[in-house]
Amino acid sequence: MTGIVRGITALGAALRTRIAALGFFTRFFGRLLGASGIALSRPRLVSQQVHFIGNYSLLIVAVSGMFVGFVLGLQGYYTLNRYGSEDALGLLVALSLTRELGPVVTALLFAGRAGTSLTAEIGLMKAGEQLSAMEVMAVDPLRRVLVPRFWGGVIAMPILAAVFSMVGILGGYLVGVQLIGVDAGSFWSQMQAGVDVWNDVFNGIVKSVVFGVAVTLIALYEGWQAKPTPEGVARATTRTVVAGSLSVLGLDFLLTALMFGN
Amino acid sequence: MPESTSAPVPPALRLTGVSLGYGDFTVLRGIDMSIAAGEVVAIMGGSGSGKTTLLRAATGQLPALAGKVEVFGRDLRGIPAGELQGLRQRMGVLFQQGALFTDLDVFENVAFPLREHTRLPETDIVSRVLDKLDAVGLRAAAHLKVSEISGGMARRVALARAVVLEPELVLYDEPFAGLDPISLGITARLIRDLSDRLGCASVLITHDIEESFSIADRVYLVGQGELKAAGTPRTLSDTQDPYVRQFLRGEPDGPVAFHYPVTPAFERWLAQRGGRP
Repeated sequence: MTGIVRGITALGAALRTRIAALGFFTRFFGRLLGASGIALSRPRLVSQQVHFIGNYSLLIVAVSGMFVGFVLGLQGYYTLNRYGSEDALGLLVALSLTRELGPVVTALLFAGRAGTSLTAEIGLMKAGEQLSAMEVMAVDPLRRVLVPRFWGGVIAMPILAAVFSMVGILGGYLVGVQLIGVDAGSFWSQMQAGVDVWNDVFNGIVKSVVFGVAVTLIALYEGWQAKPTPEGVARATTRTVVAGSLSVLGLDFLLTALMFGN
Repeated sequence: MPESTSAPVPPALRLTGVSLGYGDFTVLRGIDMSIAAGEVVAIMGGSGSGKTTLLRAATGQLPALAGKVEVFGRDLRGIPAGELQGLRQRMGVLFQQGALFTDLDVFENVAFPLREHTRLPETDIVSRVLDKLDAVGLRAAAHLKVSEISGGMARRVALARAVVLEPELVLYDEPFAGLDPISLGITARLIRDLSDRLGCASVLITHDIEESFSIADRVYLVGQGELKAAGTPRTLSDTQDPYVRQFLRGEPDGPVAFHYPVTPAFERWLAQRGGRP
């Protein structure tokens, strides 16, 4: 009997902790949005972050995009060739990248590269009393440090996703057209005719913006809540990758169902 | 003709019957102290005696469990956030670890409060920051990154940053820790000079008896959860109080125990480990 009571108590406590954490997270998001005026009054703070965060991830995003494009070119050709439709390779590569792979893979890479940097930076600033110092200087650290990083991440994500898709299409072209010998005219014309700006490109941009909000928010929240110790910062960094990646995949399913479902 | 009446100037910092702590644990109780403009006051005590806790109460980071903390005459209890920010703009704080912003260089660290709270033109910012860096002997280090300077230099940069807005109340948490003898003497004189020149109240939280006694107008000694003694450096030096004498002379025997007291929790832990009490 005692065991059952203990089990129910533990379950209740775990549930309560989760709900409280969700509440903190939501309030944190609200505070970030509420303090976002600084992004307009001092846009330089945001542009600096777009530059830093974008730079963190640019190389890895571009290289990954190239390899994903190579693979899409190869796999797409093998499959389409069975049905004599290899001319549609350009369309397949472009749709795969703009609708799904561009936003999703970029967001996963972003969580691993820039997300972890953001969490570690905020966590270490906390551990080094930098955030407390700011507070006693009458400067709100959430407004001064977190808000520019948040908007920097949100703005950088669609740009990086666009770079990923662009380089990926180039990779597909190199493998499909230059290596295998698919007709270049068909490759580009099928892509041009089949890719819709609103349905495909715009929806892909919307996805990458949503992923940018989710991953940057998680990274900043984890850094903000991190215990100010080396172990605490290390754990927070790991949580950023796990929570960030899972939320990207979960949100992708939801968004895909909303955007492309009948 | 009506008689001209001027309101008495409240002390920069006043604590009345203050108890401070974290959760259920009370660190200090019944603390009374007052620091007026132009005064240099040293708060001394052993490690873990609650000196930094006092500083956190003065900056409004830690609410008092009981009693009243007043800064520039304003009670911090229940103070609106906007008003607290206004009071903090009149304060400067030197943190124990310096707390320099690692993403900014030395110059930008010192310029930070000016950029956030003033609309000075860039030439004025450059001149003011270099002036303050010159006072701490680091004018020529303005271009360096924080990672390129030593711990002692970082504390001097933090000192320059704490006073760049020429505040009315400056709180120094261990200002002499990690400084070489030359920097130590210069820093002590700088604190005294700043107080005399600007008329600001200075609170030093320190272990360094010699330097703080040479510049302080008054000394408060905290320990065992309470205020143990208060007075001028001379009265404290001459006192026969065994606690004060042991602290000032660094004697191993006396009312201050060097060893952490044995608690039932420790005895239980030791028994589990198979150790002897």
